[in-house]
Amino acid sequence: MAPILGVISALLILMGAAFFLAGTVGLLRFPDVYCRLHALTKADNLGLGLVALGLILRPGEVATRVQIVLIWLLALAAAATVCHILARTSLREGVAAFGVDAPPADAVPVGAGDRDKIVGSSGPSGDRGTH
Amino acid sequence: MNDFLLGVAAFLVLNVAAGLVRVARGPSPADRMLAAQLFGTAGVAILLLLAEATGEPALRDTALVFVLLAVVLSVAFVKRGWVRGPGTRPEKE
Repeated sequence: MAPILGVISALLILMGAAFFLAGTVGLLRFPDVYCRLHALTKADNLGLGLVALGLILRPGEVATRVQIVLIWLLALAAAATVCHILARTSLREGVAAFGVDAPPADAVPVGAGDRDKIVGSSGPSGDRGTH
Repeated sequence: MNDFLLGVAAFLVLNVAAGLVRVARGPSPADRMLAAQLFGTAGVAILLLLAEATGEPALRDTALVFVLLAVVLSVAFVKRGWVRGPGTRPEKE
């Protein structure tokens, strides 16, 4: 049984390394920051998960196996958070997306929530009172 | 088997090194930040592999710290460290 588990473990670790390679290629080859975020936060975390799974199958203490699983779960949550804040900040700062025209300089980014600016810039100048 | 684990770890180090090209090219600050994210994820995998190969359990705790630092680093970056450069909208006023 043990040799079979060892082979499966080695295969999983190799697959994980392949996903890491895919993530790096994506980071270097994809055209804009939003695409690159896909490569990094999805492919790399799948690679990390496969490596972690391969390591769990190797003989060892139960406590360290649980620790590896927890590290992977924390890495997943971290990647989701980082991906979201980086993409949102890029959008807000006006980083152009591939195949899409750059937003005009006075565009109100999604989620900015700056309602008064919209009313003030395009609304009538008369005193229509407070909304 | 240990040689295999160390070989995979070395391969991941090469991946991180290739990701540094993106830091040099940019163009936007977020692109440069992505390489730090790659270093976080791949670094965790490297440390887990090294912990298994060398039987050094402290390296697993180091991997845990790596994950936490990657999040703190990115949050600090978007809140404080975003430097406006080519590829981003010029600052208003």
